[in-house]
Amino acid sequence: MQIRMTLNREPLEVEVMPRVTLADCLRHQLGKTGTHLACEHGVCGACTVIVNGQAVRSCLMLAVQANGAEVVTVEGLTPDDEEFGPLQQAFRKHNALQCGFCTSGMLTTAHALLTAEPDADHERIRSVIAGNICRCTGYLSIVDAIHEAGESYRANKERA
Amino acid sequence: MKLPPFEYASPRTLQEATTLLSKHNGDARPIAGGQSLLPLMAFRLAAPSLLVDLANIPGLDRIEIRDDGVHVGALTRWCQIEADRRLTAAHPLLSEAVKHIAHYQIRNRGTIGGSLAHADPAAEMPALAITCGAEITIAGAKVSRVLAAKDFITGPLETALEPGEVITSIRFPKWRSHRRWAFQEFSKRRGDFALGGVALHFDEDAQGHASEVHIGVFGTGDTPGRLSAAEEFVRGKKVDAGLAQAAGNIARSAVRVASDMHAGAAYRQALIGTLIERALVEAASRAIEE
Repeated sequence: MQIRMTLNREPLEVEVMPRVTLADCLRHQLGKTGTHLACEHGVCGACTVIVNGQAVRSCLMLAVQANGAEVVTVEGLTPDDEEFGPLQQAFRKHNALQCGFCTSGMLTTAHALLTAEPDADHERIRSVIAGNICRCTGYLSIVDAIHEAGESYRANKERA
Repeated sequence: MKLPPFEYASPRTLQEATTLLSKHNGDARPIAGGQSLLPLMAFRLAAPSLLVDLANIPGLDRIEIRDDGVHVGALTRWCQIEADRRLTAAHPLLSEAVKHIAHYQIRNRGTIGGSLAHADPAAEMPALAITCGAEITIAGAKVSRVLAAKDFITGPLETALEPGEVITSIRFPKWRSHRRWAFQEFSKRRGDFALGGVALHFDEDAQGHASEVHIGVFGTGDTPGRLSAAEEFVRGKKVDAGLAQAAGNIARSAVRVASDMHAGAAYRQALIGTLIERALVEAASRAIEE
């Protein structure tokens, strides 16, 4: 099937089989390997991408279901490919990653959260990333990083 | 695992969807959010030859508060219910229960109709629908029908849906003002399937005695259900900490539970007793707004 979507602000068309998940389409057909796949049944959160502004598990969505959607992957969080965004800077500052496998899913989840709720407190952040498994950090540094990045999102929202 | 191959259709009307589904003799499945069906297919526990996507059928994702209760369209996603402020007055138990369903990302895609059609014995929504006496409206290629939730859920992952039928809406009976309620569950990680859970509500007469007692449990066995022994014990009495403890003890011995890899039967019985005790205390102590 031919589908259309906007990927990281670029409109595109791609031919997919119905059985292909959005995650596999992004990785294998569109070269966006920043989206990581681990469990492939909706438990680990590594494959989280943003569809129409909402964080979703791309392993639990068919590519054909993304027809007409706006999709943002972790690659879309650094528009000019050089400068880190506020979340990424906060992750670096707080050492909020070790092996990095869960990181793209953490970043996309947190980006969707802070865009909608820049004032999210520690409790809210913890409840949201409960769906993302990290086996290295113990989560504390991740929660701190997301919380600190909230300030930039708040400022962006006020400017808009 | 990768999904087994299938055909995909995305009809624009309900009639088209039910016709497509019935033509495939039970080998086709409707898909809404896909948050339960796609994992099932990834595990190769389901391999439908055709998926009929309901997403483009308009009008099935509305929450309406009417005189006879809260009507929730089958395609309504958890995040919509969570965000609907009207429900905190119109059906606070529904509002609360949805917060416990799965994870953030799944709540952005998963639908109420999908959860009911999937009928996982450890899922919150089938239990809540049975506890509240909800009614489920089903459309087929030729006729529509309405079923009580308790008759709709027939077994683990089994429902009364016939091939070609889809759920269109769920009605929760009108919520009485001053009603007391609580929702309690226990899971190892927030958002994971509960090892056990309880939804309950009751009204109070002028003397403060409980009436219309509904106590539902889930995660215990093949299907969620109401626990009549505990309901009968609570009915007509004033709910306080002592009564809650006694009700918990009755529930512990009355509840039928199964052992599985996640928890043994004795643990689950104790858990349900404890959750019922906590839920009754919570319901009785919550300030009721005038």
